[in-house]
Amino acid sequence: MSSWFQRKEKGIITPTELKKETPDGLWYQCPSCKKVIHSREHKKNFYTCISCNYHEKIGSEEYFELIFDDNAFTEINPNLTSSDPLEFTDTKPYPDRVVATIKKTGLKDAVRTAEGEMNAKKIVVACMDFRFIGGSMGSVVGEKIARAIDHALKIKAPFLMISKSGGARMMEGSFSLMQMAKTSARLALLSEAGIPYVSLMTDPTTGGVTASYAMLGDFNIAEPGALIGFAGPRVIRETIGKDLPEGFQSAEFLLEHGFLDFIVDRKDLKQRLSDLLSIIFFKAKVS
Amino acid sequence: MSVLLDFEKPIAELESKLNDMQQLAEENNVDVSEAVKTLEDKIKKLKKETYANLTRWQRVQLSRHPDRPYTLDYIVDIADKFQELYGDRNVKDDKAMVGGFGEINGQSALFLGHQKGRNTKQRQIRNFGMANPEGYRKALRLMKLAEKFNVPVICFIDTPGAFPGLEAEERGQAEAIARNLKEMFMLKVPIVCIVIGEGASGGALGIGIGDRVLMLENTWYSVISPESCSSILWRSWEFKEQAAEALKLTATDMLKLKLIDGIIKEPLGGAHSDPSGMSTKLKKTISDTLLELKEIPIPELISQRIDKFSSMGVVKEN
Repeated sequence: MSSWFQRKEKGIITPTELKKETPDGLWYQCPSCKKVIHSREHKKNFYTCISCNYHEKIGSEEYFELIFDDNAFTEINPNLTSSDPLEFTDTKPYPDRVVATIKKTGLKDAVRTAEGEMNAKKIVVACMDFRFIGGSMGSVVGEKIARAIDHALKIKAPFLMISKSGGARMMEGSFSLMQMAKTSARLALLSEAGIPYVSLMTDPTTGGVTASYAMLGDFNIAEPGALIGFAGPRVIRETIGKDLPEGFQSAEFLLEHGFLDFIVDRKDLKQRLSDLLSIIFFKAKVS
Repeated sequence: MSVLLDFEKPIAELESKLNDMQQLAEENNVDVSEAVKTLEDKIKKLKKETYANLTRWQRVQLSRHPDRPYTLDYIVDIADKFQELYGDRNVKDDKAMVGGFGEINGQSALFLGHQKGRNTKQRQIRNFGMANPEGYRKALRLMKLAEKFNVPVICFIDTPGAFPGLEAEERGQAEAIARNLKEMFMLKVPIVCIVIGEGASGGALGIGIGDRVLMLENTWYSVISPESCSSILWRSWEFKEQAAEALKLTATDMLKLKLIDGIIKEPLGGAHSDPSGMSTKLKKTISDTLLELKEIPIPELISQRIDKFSSMGVVKEN
């Protein structure tokens, strides 16, 4: 029998540089269950896996589109950028890092804040971008959130904070630390005024961000599977010298321990928020 | 036996030489007063020079000096009729956070702070000054009591960080700290915070929202310890000196950056070289500060507190 259908040489012999790439963004493979689906489908499903419900990390652009009616919103203080108050240099100068990140991401810093309507009701949203230096909180993040809260106070609209951050930005040292204080101060004022604050924690929310505004919601909610904690898993593992239990610091773990009000699928987020805010705020306001 | 840091050694050597000289003179009955005087002057000069020119990392080392006074040492010296109070009323008593009521120059106050241990056993009990969520909740409970009885709050900050442990996460370390930040802003009594050793990150800030935030001369306050900063940004523990420089974490730095309200000078050689002198000074500063804050009406005090922290941060607006 002829061996016309048999391989003559074993294995893949195409050199890496000659391999043909699939056009970027056409297909999406779920990093959790490995299922491959069309990117269009994935987007339509709010960037969650149709098979295992894995919530892919997304940024402010996608969240704004998800929350605001017809993706219509007015950005608040869009042009704030980081300064370099400590003249900080690690492996490269901090300003260089900022400039390079702005160029790479098209973002100005790790949070965007906006006012718009969610199911025809005014809302102020602040959403973090992990792509910008790990979503780290420096002066710009603190200041933009503080001003967004002030804006919510002014127009008496609920405030939604979508957190996604590795924590405070080391390159701004103590200035970053004090952003925890600043944002908490503004939230205290918002709270006094009786305006609702919803904190949505997404994957990952850790460090100083968790230990300030992320945990201060009237309603603390999270996306499924999100890593949420104060110390990072690596640090804890080193401290206790043991492996961490399965699911430690996941949204489900936090819900179980009483630190979340509920976990919400991204596709249900808008309706669920609308319902909640209508019960406790919008409806109460008109009557 | 006291512990010597590298930069303390040349001074200690001269001091022991002086000692020997005096002893020798006594034994042989010779007059060495001239030589003693010269040597004493030399020591004084060397001390002054050394402590005026410490690097940031050396200040960090001083802030961790094992002989340095801790919170309870100061409270014992400063407060009269001190009544230590325990527990968060939920889980347990956190020994890394201590607090209670007392009097300072006749004025009632709540004394609160991180507590480190002096020997191995104590260090274990005090968890190296790293509080669990219970510590922050105990602090808040006491602060609320202080508010109820219209008594000002004094916080001593001295922690290498909030404890990064498994149970700490389970019981909501982040939530406990966050709640303290928010509640402290609205507390209807004056708050004075003093960094007496290490001021690391959220663990420090968790009792750090004050109308006046002061630092002792040889302490540090930052978003992260130099070691951890080195490990994250340089991916090695070896760059801690550089990290300390980059973080600008000393009292002088913090005052210059307008992130604190003042510095309390330490005795030459650091707080541990003259603990009772340090306590006297601290007592006077606290007492004066409380008198000053007493004059400010509470609503104004709170709005000043909020404004002060709200103004922290540097951004480019274009």
